[in-house]
Amino acid sequence: MNGMTIIVKTVAGWVKILIFLFGVYIVLFGHLTPGGGFAGGVILASSYVLLMLAFGRQYAERNLPLPMASKLDCAGALLFALIAVFGLIIGGSFFVNFLYQHYLPGEAFHLVSAGSIPLSNIAIGLKVGASLFLVILSLSIWGKDTGSDTPVEKGEGT
Amino acid sequence: MMIFYALLLFMIIAAIIAVETSNLLSSVICVGAVGFGASLMFLFLRAPDIAITQIVVEVLGLIILIRATISRDLTSISGDREFFGVVVSVAIIAVIFIAGIRVLGDLPGFGGPIFALVSGAASQTYIAQGLELTGAANLVSGVILDFRAYDTLGEAAVLFTCIIGATAILRRKSKKLVGGSDE
Repeated sequence: MNGMTIIVKTVAGWVKILIFLFGVYIVLFGHLTPGGGFAGGVILASSYVLLMLAFGRQYAERNLPLPMASKLDCAGALLFALIAVFGLIIGGSFFVNFLYQHYLPGEAFHLVSAGSIPLSNIAIGLKVGASLFLVILSLSIWGKDTGSDTPVEKGEGT
Repeated sequence: MMIFYALLLFMIIAAIIAVETSNLLSSVICVGAVGFGASLMFLFLRAPDIAITQIVVEVLGLIILIRATISRDLTSISGDREFFGVVVSVAIIAVIFIAGIRVLGDLPGFGGPIFALVSGAASQTYIAQGLELTGAANLVSGVILDFRAYDTLGEAAVLFTCIIGATAILRRKSKKLVGGSDE
């Protein structure tokens, strides 16, 4: 219930920031380097999974509450759909890269380039990260409730 | 070329162990070994995008599976397999294998994509003009979020529906019975 030993907690406290930053980097630079929204989102979710494994479920749930994760998930999906609809309105067809073609051509191999592709990457990263965290959190809650007669935390930490 | 055969052998051995072992935890770990072998193979095939995604999803899935395995009392499988199920599985695999042998003869050689044989194929246009049409230096991002963005929208919708279903089934208790507001 209260997570693992003090060694694991200390190391996880340092490493979680690096994992989170790496996930943000993978999402933001998805149009320049290998990676992208999906892989970056899974890395973001795994930083919270590390938090949950090391400090216990309550700590992770306090850090990112369930309704908040749900809202982030919906915000990512909405942003992605909005990009598509704006492409329809401004560019004339669904999912056209309107930012690149009309407003912000940018310069190739720079961070601000490729129009709406970085925005789509951010939307997908937000969506995938929040939703995977939601799945793992609800799986762990489900195990706590239905399997109360079985030792759930067996073999952890010690 | 040698490294691919070595990785393939490693993955096949791990898959056989995963099927044959009676301990559930070692079976899960062997499934993870198959996934890591696949990600290494993607890396050697120079597809870093897929390699990153594969290794990240593999780690997360392995964590979920190991936690689900550890928290159960029954961690080993005993008893014989059903005779009928084995016969049906072997028959289906044999049919696929025989059909596959005929198809494999017509495939182009290793490293020669089939779209390179067709002139004016869409993939050749993506490779030749992807940078100037989308402005993305990473061509994979350019394809999945610009040329084929509709595909990505469908994938995102599938994921969204899965999450809704999972949280609806696995949530703590129904709010409707209590009469509270919808969360």
